[in-house]
Amino acid sequence: MSNYISHDQEHDGIDRRGFLKCMAWAGTGVLWTISGGVLVSKTLAEVAKAGSPLPKAADLNFLQISDSHIGFNKAANKDVTETFKIALDRINAMPSPPSFLIHTGDITQLSKPEEFDTFDQILKSCRTKDVFYVPGEHDVLNDGGKMYRERYLKNVEGKGSGWYSFNKNGVHFIGLVNVLDLQAGGLGQLGDDQLEWLEDDVKALGADTPIVVFAHIPLWTVYPQWGWGTSDSERALGYLKRFGSVTVLNGHIHQVLQKVEGNVTFHTAMSTAFPQPAPGTAPSPGPLNVPAEKLRSMLGLTSVQYKQGNTALAVVDSTLS
Amino acid sequence: MNTCISKIKIVALLCGISGFSVLAIAGEMKDTGSSGAGQNKIEIKDFAFNPQTITVKSGEKITWINRDEEPHTVVSVGKQFKKSSALDTDQAYTIVAGAPGTYSYFCSVHPKMTGTIVVTP
Repeated sequence: MSNYISHDQEHDGIDRRGFLKCMAWAGTGVLWTISGGVLVSKTLAEVAKAGSPLPKAADLNFLQISDSHIGFNKAANKDVTETFKIALDRINAMPSPPSFLIHTGDITQLSKPEEFDTFDQILKSCRTKDVFYVPGEHDVLNDGGKMYRERYLKNVEGKGSGWYSFNKNGVHFIGLVNVLDLQAGGLGQLGDDQLEWLEDDVKALGADTPIVVFAHIPLWTVYPQWGWGTSDSERALGYLKRFGSVTVLNGHIHQVLQKVEGNVTFHTAMSTAFPQPAPGTAPSPGPLNVPAEKLRSMLGLTSVQYKQGNTALAVVDSTLS
Repeated sequence: MNTCISKIKIVALLCGISGFSVLAIAGEMKDTGSSGAGQNKIEIKDFAFNPQTITVKSGEKITWINRDEEPHTVVSVGKQFKKSSALDTDQAYTIVAGAPGTYSYFCSVHPKMTGTIVVTP
């Protein structure tokens, strides 16, 4: 049916066909949904006719864990394996356990095989078995990340230094590596190869696809004096600008910071090992020593939930105490 | 004899042209207490190399020692000397200063940390 007025008898800008079409909209009801931040409208008649199902409340519930630093044994926390175990106990005790975990890096302290082994061993106690990783700079100290890649890319198609993407319940997840090939005097870095891959990876996705990006070093400039930022993250975010919902999950700084910029929510997680000072409040970003009874209140986990039809994902931090 | 000298001159000229000066590689990993008197020491503390610029004579040893509770590395910009492995707290790294020149280096784990070695004849 044409949308052009073919016979404007009364010269009032509407013809019989157009009038009837409008009434179809008014009469049968219109279903508006906000899906991934983009308004989508359908008449119920169209929905029924096309056979397309109404949007399901397909919940997605996952958890961000970060900076376990297995092998660290200095004053800030003499037993990082214990606090990591406590974190996993918390996960196991959740009324609706997460369907998978995302570890945003610094699995180990010194990239040693025995540290990776200990991490893997303790992780076995977690009821949630599906885990996705990105490396921290502590995981790639001696071999450019070779050992990390051999161990932690088994359930994904890792490219280059270990970046990849996957889908869950219509949400697109992207794991990025910004801790390799760092330049003197610089910040974290993604590099051209990875950025070209990213541009291509999201090209065909509809703008209403919720996107979750995770990387170790923050993808926004938190505090450049301490290297807390990624030099070429603007290019990456440029490729994601058209999407209605983008959630960026990072680690590295061992504290929760959040920022919302348009459709993008940035979030950094606590560590399960030790806290670090707030930007500029100490001579350097080293481990922050706190009284023993206060330590667990500064370590924690992040739950992330997506409900179909919502724009932003719900990001909720909890401490270990 | 003349050919040998010519070849040496060519090599030296090429080295000069490429700006590539080589510090003799010691690359030893040492623990505290093993460095003797007369050594040039750089302390790694609070995510900084101290002194940030050090001037040494060609042939002298330079030792970095990590006093932070974070591991650090010593990596030459332009690969002019062998890079250290990750130095944990109280671990040290020593090289021998080679040909005169200026050598920039940084920590590959925390690249904001940079330092300079000036080697005099």
